[in-house]
Amino acid sequence: MAGGTVFDIMKYSVHDGPGIRTTVFLKGCPLSCHWCHNPESQLPEPQIMFYPERCIGCGDCAGVCPSGALLPLAGAGENTVPEPGRGKCTGCGSCAAVCHAGAREIAGRKMSAVEVIRAIERDVIFYDQSAGGVTFSGGEPLMQTDFLTALLAGCREKEIHTAVDTCGFAPRDKLLQLAGLVDLFLYDLKLMDDRRHRQYTGVSNGVILDNLLELASHHDNIVIRIPVIPGINDDADNINETGRFIATLSGVRSVHILPYHRIGTQKYRRLGLTYALPELRPPDSEKMKVFADILVKYGLTVQVGH
Amino acid sequence: MNQRVAQLRQQSLDTVPRITTERAELMTEFYRNAGAHAVPVLRALAFQHLMENKAIYIGSGELIVGERGPEPKASPTYPELCCHSLQDLAILDAREKIPFAVDEAARRVYREQIIPFWQGRSMRDIIFSQMDDRWLAAYHAGIFTEFMEQRAPGHTVLDDKIYRRGMLDLIADIDASLAGLDYLHDPAAYDKREELRAMRICARAIITFAGRHADLALKMAQAEPDPVRKEELEQIAAVCSRVPAHAPATFWEALQYYWFVHLGVITELNTWDAFNPGRLDQHLDPFYRRETAAGSLTREQARELLQCFWIKFNNQPAPPKVGVTAEESGTYTDFANINSGGLRADGSDGVNEVTYLVLDVIDEMRLLQPSSNIQLSKKNPDRFLKRALRIVRQGWGQPSIFNADTIVQELVRQGKTVADARCGGASGCVEAGAFGKESYILTGYLNLVKILEITLHNGIDPRTGERLGIETGDPRGFISFADLLTAFKKQLQYFVDIKVQGNNIIERLYATRMPAPFLSLLIDDCIARGIDYNAGGARYDITYIQGVGLGSLTDCMSAIRHHVFDQQSLAMDELLVVLELNFNGSEKVRQLLLNKTPRYGNDDDFADGIMQQLFDVYYDAVNGRPNTRGGVYRINLLPTTCHVYFGAVTGATPDGRQAGQPLSEGISPVQGADRRGPTAVIRSAAKMDHVRTGGTLLNQKFTPQVLEGEDGINKLAHLVRSYFKLDGHHIQFNVVSAQTLRAAQTEPEQYRDLIVRVAGYSDYFCDLSRALQDEIIGRTEHHTF
Repeated sequence: MAGGTVFDIMKYSVHDGPGIRTTVFLKGCPLSCHWCHNPESQLPEPQIMFYPERCIGCGDCAGVCPSGALLPLAGAGENTVPEPGRGKCTGCGSCAAVCHAGAREIAGRKMSAVEVIRAIERDVIFYDQSAGGVTFSGGEPLMQTDFLTALLAGCREKEIHTAVDTCGFAPRDKLLQLAGLVDLFLYDLKLMDDRRHRQYTGVSNGVILDNLLELASHHDNIVIRIPVIPGINDDADNINETGRFIATLSGVRSVHILPYHRIGTQKYRRLGLTYALPELRPPDSEKMKVFADILVKYGLTVQVGH
Repeated sequence: MNQRVAQLRQQSLDTVPRITTERAELMTEFYRNAGAHAVPVLRALAFQHLMENKAIYIGSGELIVGERGPEPKASPTYPELCCHSLQDLAILDAREKIPFAVDEAARRVYREQIIPFWQGRSMRDIIFSQMDDRWLAAYHAGIFTEFMEQRAPGHTVLDDKIYRRGMLDLIADIDASLAGLDYLHDPAAYDKREELRAMRICARAIITFAGRHADLALKMAQAEPDPVRKEELEQIAAVCSRVPAHAPATFWEALQYYWFVHLGVITELNTWDAFNPGRLDQHLDPFYRRETAAGSLTREQARELLQCFWIKFNNQPAPPKVGVTAEESGTYTDFANINSGGLRADGSDGVNEVTYLVLDVIDEMRLLQPSSNIQLSKKNPDRFLKRALRIVRQGWGQPSIFNADTIVQELVRQGKTVADARCGGASGCVEAGAFGKESYILTGYLNLVKILEITLHNGIDPRTGERLGIETGDPRGFISFADLLTAFKKQLQYFVDIKVQGNNIIERLYATRMPAPFLSLLIDDCIARGIDYNAGGARYDITYIQGVGLGSLTDCMSAIRHHVFDQQSLAMDELLVVLELNFNGSEKVRQLLLNKTPRYGNDDDFADGIMQQLFDVYYDAVNGRPNTRGGVYRINLLPTTCHVYFGAVTGATPDGRQAGQPLSEGISPVQGADRRGPTAVIRSAAKMDHVRTGGTLLNQKFTPQVLEGEDGINKLAHLVRSYFKLDGHHIQFNVVSAQTLRAAQTEPEQYRDLIVRVAGYSDYFCDLSRALQDEIIGRTEHHTF
């Protein structure tokens, strides 16, 4: 049975598709968007997240680290946080296992498809009641195609509604192969200008746009999701171009525009990373409305927020 | 709301609760001169004395009239039940939370008249003098509380009878019952006669009381220069001349009738849970439909009358509580809890036009009292639920939401007829009852976690070193979790036995010394049987012991099972030493217990399975035992504010809780232990067999963002419906961020009107004790992004 790396399973997920859902976050993403609010999703390998406010300074983590990534405490006092050592963290999770305080947690664990399905099934009563289901997100769930296919097939067998939240940057044959098992695609579009797309996400948007064109001719339930990042993709040119493009897609009429938020910024610190947009403020509702009004002109149904 | 309502509401909010000695003086005067009557008649004459002599109040602009004291928020005392000492009065006046102003004149009356007459004669004095040493030791250690030590049993709700029948009709019933007494064959005939005579005196007394309002209203009308108010006063006089003597003919009369009855019940005795009209929407619907069709009542007039009615509840703070009773129920709320929706007697959808009107009134009035809830059946429309949730979303904790279908199952399981069950609902905090037909007395909270603490010390209370329990073995010698569970079971049984023995005495003390003939008029089948409400006259008679801290207890047991027995990562001896030191120097162990233990509230079958076992242990110890009123014991799980008091007397516990910290409340998970979102909490809570209880309480806290928009409401509605499909009994929501609550702690003057859900009721955040404020802040906050 297929297995893969999951970094979170979130219940009562109410912003990732219809009804009450469970969102399964698969680890690994080909993009590295500057505004990413799940930075722990980007690398395919397990990573350690550190919550300094929880640390009680016991030093056990340094004691068990096999690669010398943490310095043992010298003259530890209360609340002394172990400092990074010279070694490189391999994400083995030994430190998280001994950390009673939960200050070190591992993001990403290997799970079998059966395990994941079992976790999903726990909330069937909520899906049934609300016409909800499961959403596979990430990261980019298509990075783990076999695992995702097994999960989708499992859900289909159990008659659980599935959504796949994708950035679209994936091998086209894989995408189309599993499209038949997906009830709803949440397809992200970030920037129409390829140069800027490369600048802010690290990859070209060519594959993404081509895949969407192709997918739209094979699948009849696609919602386009656009994160609105002030100063990056909220200019009239980009909005108009996005609207024009979506309008050419057969059958795709529904667009959700999602205001940029800063909820994920803490996570960068927990991973020892630097956030690329430290000063950026979320767009106000006026701005979102302007954005929405432009898209409506292209005959699209626009929803602000999930 | 219109200007009248706004003014009356503001007056109610601005008036500071104070003690009035009116009732105490009248009661003392009566008893000084009382003749040699049978006890029920004596109580009825005392009631009559109050109704004939207490001050009558009709406030400016009021449409619904009558106050328990001489004016709004003047709170009477009940010296025959609890004779406050001068020190009690000083505390009531000076305490920071839930104070009652006591002026010098009141102190003098107490010093000179009340205390000399009642000291040593009050029910409180008698009850404590009748309890044995084991009971007293357990009570003082905080193993259980005693509801009846300063308040009378009550815990009941009215059905539809007063909307069909006047007091004169009830007197006819009494006379028929009297005529049917068989002095030859029925050895209780004399007792019944005296009880029925007492009821008749009370029925006449409440008519007199209404008549005095009619007289005053007419007198005021004559002196009233404003023609509009003059007409209103004449109308009030007309209403008070008709009800409660006769069945109400109009919407207005129906509300006024209920209000007189309410005042009668809460003046006769200081009953727990005040009293409550139950399914107000269903009772009022026929009047509303008839009068709006005839054009004699508009929706706006009906709304205004309901709003005036609402204010009357808010004018009656719970009687002043002292001692442990103030700890377990530290609030002005007196738990009149109005039900909306649910089912009709025939099982059909009970939602009607008045239901939506009542919800509008709840929304607009934003008052602590009356409490409100919706009874949600699978047969009720979603519109009803969503209307209620839009009020919930505003974040002041009302209305709470009950599963009408599960309540029917609970009541039928307890032996009620299906029709009686469908006409029941929830009262107080979350207690299920057959309205108008049941006495369901809550007798005290039981500290489940303290009993585990005592089990872990082989019967000794480590706080005092006193032996409170029995010897069930040194836990260091236990070789399996089953050993611990067996020991706990024995200790629990031991303390429940002590509690039940005490209850058996206290129930009889109330039955023989403190009957309630006025309340008995209202609850079937007291008249037909000629037996008082407090002596078993009600059709159904249940006694409850309310378990507190099931979430904490589960996590404690799960921690011991997981770490000590299964993983063997912690020796029992080490655990006990660490607990004794309150985790000082052992923070790592505390963190292990907190974070590496399967905990209740996460849809974790290991932890939830332990919860189910513990539920059964508690159920088996209590359920089905006979009470003295011909009924049996049942369990329910709710805390009011007792989880804070019980926490304060309980040392450090194996769930990582430090000494003195609050326990979990209701059936909610330990504050902060639920980390998998609201569906996981619901799945965990639903693994309990709610149908075998008489009420459970589940609190959930959401950040306001989760409930934004219609989508937020829809999804919350689905969450509630899902819990109820799983037979959950009750759920309620706080919609407020921890940030706001912390700001309110820092700057209380800026947040005086911030209302939050506590346990089975809402309260002003600033009126809560600091410990309770912190407890609410500590509850898991469900958010999503």
